[in-house]
Amino acid sequence: MSGFRLADGGRVDRRSKRNFTFDGKAQWGYVGDSLASALLAQGQMLFGRSFKYHRPRGILGAGVEEPNALVTVDRGPGRVTPNLRAPSVAIYDGLIATSQNRFPTLKTDLIAVNNMLSAFFPAGFYNKTFMWPRGAWEKVYEPIIRRLAGLGDSPTTRDPDHYDATYAHCETLVVGAGPAGIAAALEAAASGGRVFLIDEQEEIGGGALSDPAQWAWLAEATAKLAAMDNVTVLERTTAIGHYHQNFVVAAQRLADHLSLEDAEGPREKLWRIRAGEVVLAMGAIERPLVFEGNDVPGVMLASAARTFALRYGVAVGRKIVVMAVHDSGWRDALALHAAGVPIAAIVDLRREIAPELAEAAREARIACYPGYAVTSVSGSLAVKGVTIALAGVGKGQKLDCDAVLMAGGWTPTVHLWSHAKGSLRWDDSWGAYVPDKTHENLRCVGACGGDWDFGNGLSVGLLPAPKPLHESKAFVDFQNDVKARDIGLAVQEGFRSIEHIKRYTTNGMATDQGKTSNLNGLQIASGVLSRPVTEIGLTTFRPPYTPQSFGAMLGHHKEALFQPLRKTGIDDWADAHGAVYENVAQWRRARYFPQGSEDMDAAVARECRTVRSAVGLFDASTLGKIEVVGPDAAEFLNRMYTNPWKSLEPGRCRYGLLLGEHGFIIDDGVSARLAPDRFHLTTTTGGAARVLNMMEDYLQTEWSDLDVWLTSTSEQWAVIAVQGPKARDVIAPLVEGIDLSAEAFPHMAVREGKFCGVDTRLFRVSFTGELGFEVNVPAQHGRMVWEAIWAEGQKHGAAAYGTETMHVLRAEKGFIIVGQDTDGTVTPDDAGLGWAVGKKKPDFVGKRSLSRPDIVAAGRKQLVGLLTDDPQEVLEEGAQIVADPNQPVPMKMIGHVTSSYHSATLGRSIAMALVAGGRDRMGETLYIPMPGKTISAKVVMPMFYDAEGSRLNG
Amino acid sequence: MLLIHCPYCDEARPEVEFVYGGEAHIARPVDPSTYSDEQWEEFLYIRNNPRGRHHERWRHTHGCGRFFNAVRDTVTDVFEATYKAGETRK
Repeated sequence: MSGFRLADGGRVDRRSKRNFTFDGKAQWGYVGDSLASALLAQGQMLFGRSFKYHRPRGILGAGVEEPNALVTVDRGPGRVTPNLRAPSVAIYDGLIATSQNRFPTLKTDLIAVNNMLSAFFPAGFYNKTFMWPRGAWEKVYEPIIRRLAGLGDSPTTRDPDHYDATYAHCETLVVGAGPAGIAAALEAAASGGRVFLIDEQEEIGGGALSDPAQWAWLAEATAKLAAMDNVTVLERTTAIGHYHQNFVVAAQRLADHLSLEDAEGPREKLWRIRAGEVVLAMGAIERPLVFEGNDVPGVMLASAARTFALRYGVAVGRKIVVMAVHDSGWRDALALHAAGVPIAAIVDLRREIAPELAEAAREARIACYPGYAVTSVSGSLAVKGVTIALAGVGKGQKLDCDAVLMAGGWTPTVHLWSHAKGSLRWDDSWGAYVPDKTHENLRCVGACGGDWDFGNGLSVGLLPAPKPLHESKAFVDFQNDVKARDIGLAVQEGFRSIEHIKRYTTNGMATDQGKTSNLNGLQIASGVLSRPVTEIGLTTFRPPYTPQSFGAMLGHHKEALFQPLRKTGIDDWADAHGAVYENVAQWRRARYFPQGSEDMDAAVARECRTVRSAVGLFDASTLGKIEVVGPDAAEFLNRMYTNPWKSLEPGRCRYGLLLGEHGFIIDDGVSARLAPDRFHLTTTTGGAARVLNMMEDYLQTEWSDLDVWLTSTSEQWAVIAVQGPKARDVIAPLVEGIDLSAEAFPHMAVREGKFCGVDTRLFRVSFTGELGFEVNVPAQHGRMVWEAIWAEGQKHGAAAYGTETMHVLRAEKGFIIVGQDTDGTVTPDDAGLGWAVGKKKPDFVGKRSLSRPDIVAAGRKQLVGLLTDDPQEVLEEGAQIVADPNQPVPMKMIGHVTSSYHSATLGRSIAMALVAGGRDRMGETLYIPMPGKTISAKVVMPMFYDAEGSRLNG
Repeated sequence: MLLIHCPYCDEARPEVEFVYGGEAHIARPVDPSTYSDEQWEEFLYIRNNPRGRHHERWRHTHGCGRFFNAVRDTVTDVFEATYKAGETRK
């Protein structure tokens, strides 16, 4: 309990109080306070428990770099946000914030026993310890570790907020509105171009907010920017990442600083900004120092203490020791002293201190210890004192204090620069990487560009200490609980690259992405390896700059708007008739039409029987369709498909098989020749766009001499399959100008005429094995025609059927579904479709591959039928097949089930499978091991019904 | 997100309008049956993976629909040039 509100100063409005709770206890602050500053003003030092050891932790920083003080903010059901950084949370009336990762309370955390056992939790501990016994990881270790080590709880209810998204374009985008960013924005705005200035904080100003001398200038500049029409200033907006060609994505928080009652509209807005020039003015982050006890609550960055005092009017302690290796620590100490914050001593590892700083400290009656280092900190829930020693050697002396400020130098914030693949160079005076070269129209100004006068200092990874490294509890990464000795251990165990050291120790892998730990980790590794920092490498910066909400990423793309839902013109009818749907390639397709209390199996059995005994209607409108037109259309298709097309007469159809150049099946479909120069192609529902793309590719780039035009007509035609022995009777009254007799209109033929008075392309085709037609009419007439056929069908006992019945019926006939019975490694011969390959054709796409050694080798997986010995046993699709069920595990798997159904027609189950050497195994019994049992099945030809095809030709 | 200049539309358009089409200037042989297994394997599967200039195909799928060629630096992702299919390698 040592922080307090200063008598005056700061930018907070001391006339306006705000009430909130932290861990259930009533608290208050002023308008303008952050959660961190308001609590510090009340004397709160303890903010959270650490990730791994549950050590007590306080505030480290005053901005987004804060690794320790992570809180959960509860704004009601579905509005619980974990892992927010207390210094970046604005307070409002009714704010409910709680600390995290403690059990049961912050002060008394039972799991802190981990801390006492920390010698047993070194880097790589989890990898080393929890490997055995096998299986225990999932059931025992992981759930326990997840409970012990973790961040806040993820929300479990639906987020009721909505999130906006927008695009913006500008000549100049300035990221960061500190003095350098504001100056850059003003300069760019003067030229008249569109300027965006974005900043993550509650108000613009950056470092100037912690420097009262700049407030008059800041007010003037803010007003000037606000008055310019070509300038857009976005506060509370974090530039998440820089993507190619100056495309910057930024998340604007619109509501989180307001009480729920005051917040209107979207919670956040995601900006996608394309800028001519991007100016990065993201500043720099102060580095902690690494010494024993540097994580005790009350040890924080000097710059943070300065911000709390000068921006918020809060002193972080009553007796403060500064541990500096950098002039900026002295400057902050003097500024704090001037603001009324009691600074007791400045300890500096350097023996030589700039005379004007030393003199100023003397005048302020601050005790100075040049050449000294803090070697330990006493206190557990709060700092009670420090031990300092000359050059870190020996027992040293004790100083009483209640806060320790660290000034370890500065690290330029080069995250977005690095996202843009800008190179970095090591700068000795900064002791850090600074921006070097970029190919983007991008520049860094101010501190993030290495251009800021923080004074001089040392760059040290680890302060000298009497304890050997392997005994020290000096922390590098506070959020992930990585100690200096963990890095030493990683090096000792053979890790050399910083990318490996990072992953082994988890240094820099927490939600703060190492904003305060990366450079120190690098320096320590460099020291242990005795190699210069620049030879160890640098870890990669990746977006987002700070953690972001999923809501902002998603924007409007959720629920019904998550992705487009395609519906056919007949979809409404299906809906009105109780269809159960499945989604296929973004299409919503009726899967089956249950009647009464039917479940899927019952409905599908009834639909199947109706098609086989009478007639069924099926909405096939989703089939991909391509119109192929031109004098060379036949030649083109001849080259694309395996089948011969030139000999196909107008008015006839052909089953087409499409391969990739690798020789594997990628699509199929029945296509019709309407005229010598015109084909109506169909593709699989999911393959339509892919096939058109492939055909365009060949036409544009390989065979541009061919005079052919391709047009997608998938959505231009409604397609109604009428299948079953009564199919002809059903459609006959509706057809004009087409002779439907078997002689005049045989199987695999197409006719043009009128159907219900509208133009039709009537196909006589069958994917069921029954007499069948596919009625193509212009899409806008689909519903009308469907209803007319339906009405006619009722006279013949017709049923509507869905995709599930379609699958069963085609499986009974052994017709494949590309993508289900094939998987991108299946050749025509593998699938038993060798007959569809034109043997006399000199070339087609994929032909050369069909004679490659592996393709003609024996033992390839071939499509076969499977009949289970128990006829009521339906195999699981995807189940693995073995020849010998008694062999030891792991068994040799020789194939898998691709399609499996109960066939109502046959009164038993049927299946198709890809099995190694399958066609040579006819009659063999194979085995399908399943949990708790092994199923046996006989290999048969994949044709279960009407093998001679007599029903087709009715 | 990349901005890609479509040589047919003569406009720089956002990457979402385009689909990548693999390495460029790999012509399908006029008569694949004359290729040995090794040559055919080379044609099918073997691709350059340079650090630096890469010749590659793109299709302006959600625009004019045309395939074209591009030279992109695989380190910086900067497009050096885009040009129409059939034009000589840049």
